[in-house]
Amino acid sequence: MSYAKEELLAVAIARLIGDARHVAVGAASPIPATGAFLLKEKNPALRISLLQKRTGNPFTEGSRELFDLAGQGRIDVFFLGGAQIDGEANINLVEAEGKRFPGSFGSAFMYFAAGKTILFREEHSPRVLVRKVDYVSAPGWSPPAVQRRGGPAALLTGKALFRWQEGQRRFRLESVHPGSNADDVRANTAFDYDAPAAVPVTAAPTGDEMALMRGPVARVIAENYPEFARRVWGALAELRPA
Amino acid sequence: MKLADADALARAIPDGASVGLPPDYSLVAMAVVRALVRRGAKDLKLVGVPVLGLCADILIGAGCVREVETSAVTLGEAGLAPRFTAAAETGTLKVVDATCPMIHTGLQATEKGVPFMPLRGVLGSDLVKDHPDWKTIDNPYAAGDPILLAKAIAPDVALFHARWADEAGNVWVGRRRELATIAHASKACYVSYEELKPGDMLEDELLAPGCIGAVYVTAVAPAPRGAWPLGVPGVYDIDDAHVLQYAKLAKTAEGFRRYLDEFVRKAVSA
Repeated sequence: MSYAKEELLAVAIARLIGDARHVAVGAASPIPATGAFLLKEKNPALRISLLQKRTGNPFTEGSRELFDLAGQGRIDVFFLGGAQIDGEANINLVEAEGKRFPGSFGSAFMYFAAGKTILFREEHSPRVLVRKVDYVSAPGWSPPAVQRRGGPAALLTGKALFRWQEGQRRFRLESVHPGSNADDVRANTAFDYDAPAAVPVTAAPTGDEMALMRGPVARVIAENYPEFARRVWGALAELRPA
Repeated sequence: MKLADADALARAIPDGASVGLPPDYSLVAMAVVRALVRRGAKDLKLVGVPVLGLCADILIGAGCVREVETSAVTLGEAGLAPRFTAAAETGTLKVVDATCPMIHTGLQATEKGVPFMPLRGVLGSDLVKDHPDWKTIDNPYAAGDPILLAKAIAPDVALFHARWADEAGNVWVGRRRELATIAHASKACYVSYEELKPGDMLEDELLAPGCIGAVYVTAVAPAPRGAWPLGVPGVYDIDDAHVLQYAKLAKTAEGFRRYLDEFVRKAVSA
């Protein structure tokens, strides 16, 4: 069965979320949201908090509630990106090469407080995956004295999936998506990382996963990310839930 | 105190004031922001609680702002905030970068009348070394446990929009409780509102939890559709097409000037 790149990435995200109880998804993150809702089809007990939800938002205590929840350990999985991400999993959302980006948002806190963080950035280029970030919005690891509940679990890009190796403070290439290969990933990644001799191909969505994504998942995503849903699923996403 | 309109509220906010503002998804007093531009406000310091959006971009582009302290400036789905980006890149705007919960924590310290409050995380971020008011201490209850302190934040002015004001001076903001935090922590609080409700909302058990009590509110003024082109949940949605149009026009100084001429200087509302 043919699938869109976004569907492959969403399935990879669903697998990375694993057995979490509560996932929070930030603004402008339709692919992580798709992955989370796909997982919820298999595990209805999964709680998903969509932070940017305009109606029926999960929070009633204002925008600080997410951080209070995370501070208590009630958020198992969070997603972060970066204008730059480096080989020590530091992320930069502030500035690079004279360019100003929007800012760090809650990253400097959430990267510590969430049970685990999945780094996600579709663009896979030496411009984004740098040797060393120009500005550390949030550090990938902390010295032992610093209390830290969680940190990076993986880095997913448009070309590949890396696992974070906490002990070595290095990424390890786990799989390469169809259309790329190990050499292409190496050439487009400015930081050094470990890799197996033979790099597996990222698992394609199963028939079941495709049916779920193009059915109930597409409908819930269309409510919250209409532009994305139209682009990926076209007419399918016009089917609003009854 | 009840003032006549958004322009009267804008006149009450002095040049040079630090102004606590909510994000675009909360309740933003856009009519007052436009009035601040019309009155030629100067040297404002904007505090994003915890991030800023369209209102800050317009004020920055119009030359009303000296400094921002915020966790981000973004137009959300419409992308980068173009006037903020240009001003930050050319160095004409001072930017103090923060992270969302440190802003909330600093305001909460002021709510409680204490000089600082601790927060976990953040250590090792470049934000810590660049921020003038954050200090790391050893947890006095457990040796060898560094923890970050947020200095109390007390803006001169809180500025936001409300669904209702009432005759007793209370305002209703529903679940947008970050507005209560800004109001509690600020020295003065100015609120534009959609509609006036007769009586006292605190007498109504269903409305009271969404209220900010009159004790915190300095002045209110009517501004129907006063959050436009942003939204008031349950009343009108964000005008995404308009925000997108803004994002395109404001990419250049010339386009931004045309936007001001058409939508700000002429005192229009949708």
